[in-house]
Amino acid sequence: MLSEYIFWFLSFVAVFSAAGMIFSKNPVYSVLSLIVTFFAVAGHYFLLGAQFLAAVHIIVYAGAIMVLFLYVIMMLNLNELEEEKKSLYTKALSFFAGGVLMLVLIAVVRRTEELQLIQPAVYNADLGLTQHLGKVLYKEFLVPFELASVLFLSAMVGAVYLSKKDLA
Amino acid sequence: MDSMLIYKALLTVGVFAVSLGIAAYLTWGERKLAAILQDRVGPDRAGPFGLLQPLADGVKMLMKEEMIPSKANKWLFIFGPSFFMLTACMTGAVIPWGSGITVDGVVYPLQVTDINIGLLYLLGVVSIGVYGIMIGGWSSNNKYSLLGALRASSQMISYEVAMGMALIALTMITGTLSLGEISRQQDAGLANVVYQPLGFLIFIICAFAETNRAPFDLPESESELVGGYHTEYSSMKLGFFLFAEYINMFISSAVMATLYFGGYNFPFQHELGLEGNTLAILQTAALFIKIAIFIFVFMWVRWTLPRFRYDQLMNLGWKVLLPLSIANIFITGIVMWALGKLN
Repeated sequence: MLSEYIFWFLSFVAVFSAAGMIFSKNPVYSVLSLIVTFFAVAGHYFLLGAQFLAAVHIIVYAGAIMVLFLYVIMMLNLNELEEEKKSLYTKALSFFAGGVLMLVLIAVVRRTEELQLIQPAVYNADLGLTQHLGKVLYKEFLVPFELASVLFLSAMVGAVYLSKKDLA
Repeated sequence: MDSMLIYKALLTVGVFAVSLGIAAYLTWGERKLAAILQDRVGPDRAGPFGLLQPLADGVKMLMKEEMIPSKANKWLFIFGPSFFMLTACMTGAVIPWGSGITVDGVVYPLQVTDINIGLLYLLGVVSIGVYGIMIGGWSSNNKYSLLGALRASSQMISYEVAMGMALIALTMITGTLSLGEISRQQDAGLANVVYQPLGFLIFIICAFAETNRAPFDLPESESELVGGYHTEYSSMKLGFFLFAEYINMFISSAVMATLYFGGYNFPFQHELGLEGNTLAILQTAALFIKIAIFIFVFMWVRWTLPRFRYDQLMNLGWKVLLPLSIANIFITGIVMWALGKLN
């Protein structure tokens, strides 16, 4: 019962801070709202028993990526007056793209209910613990895991190359 | 079960109070130690040996006029120091302060919560701690504050990476992320620093950088940035920033003692013939002695070494500590493989 209340509370916080991120005029407020959203989502991971995912979510997204976002925004010192005005055409296109993405997500959520991918009777609650996750990742899904790491590595090399280009 | 819940609540308040009390007296200790190292007397007016100085400082901080710059973002200006203080106090929850007191056959653990992602929790809290400084520095609407905040954020992100890598090598040996379990393992075997000397060295350097202590105190370097991120702060909001630094120092000393120097265990503790609660109290005392030694090192370094230049700081973080910590992971792996400890 308690976890249900926590679920509703976290969902409320997540939705409202996400809306705040989009609607606030000041980019710093946007970043701060997004951080609150990340915390609410991490709370959901905790409720689902995925402790490792929750902790890494906080460390990577809230603790590293958003710090860099905030860094850049503070450095540029953006404010609402300097905000680039977008044309009606761009706005309509982004609205369309966002709507399509939302449709896809709703379809996926509906399908999971029909397919019954998660069966509470046989669900292993310890699955999200670090030890289990490590064993699954490094034994059952070793090749996809390593492929993902190679992808990350190439992205890193690309980022370094792009930042060095001006020097050459 | 209810008595356990009440006990945990009391323990939380206790850890909080002890952190604050120790942090208050660290300001006194820092000034005394600086005085000794510089051949001065130090604070000696308030009470014997100046022991009431922290109280006098606290009253001074509270009574001073609250100033909020007219061009500052008011809410974020207050939020910054409050958040910094909050994150400083949060880490104490996962540190095992002792093995546990037994009353009427019920063991009361001296650890607020032994979550099995304790190490990740520590890293997470440390990584969000930088927001306090960043928001405080930005909302002041002052060039010097902003520069201090930018320095703090890039410094903390850079050193977090090496710190995490050092902890990965430690986790390979211990096989757990729970701080309680790491302490218990060091009771059975040797302290982790014996197996991870390089890892400890990297960790302590990163701890200096994460707490913004000299020689890494560039975010507030008073000789170039006036006061860095807290230039515009006065009264208790400034007090929070300064105070949180001492809490961070205390907590990171406790973390180093727990992870690398045996936690609350001390050598030959089972040969003394002591049982139960007497041993537990001695163990807690041992942990606090270790913490005191680390805090002494923190202060000693501050009053001995000059500050780094900013490019030196970045080079040390990315070009020295990060490769060393990755090499440390490889060496640990190879040694464990050679000893047949991998399964």
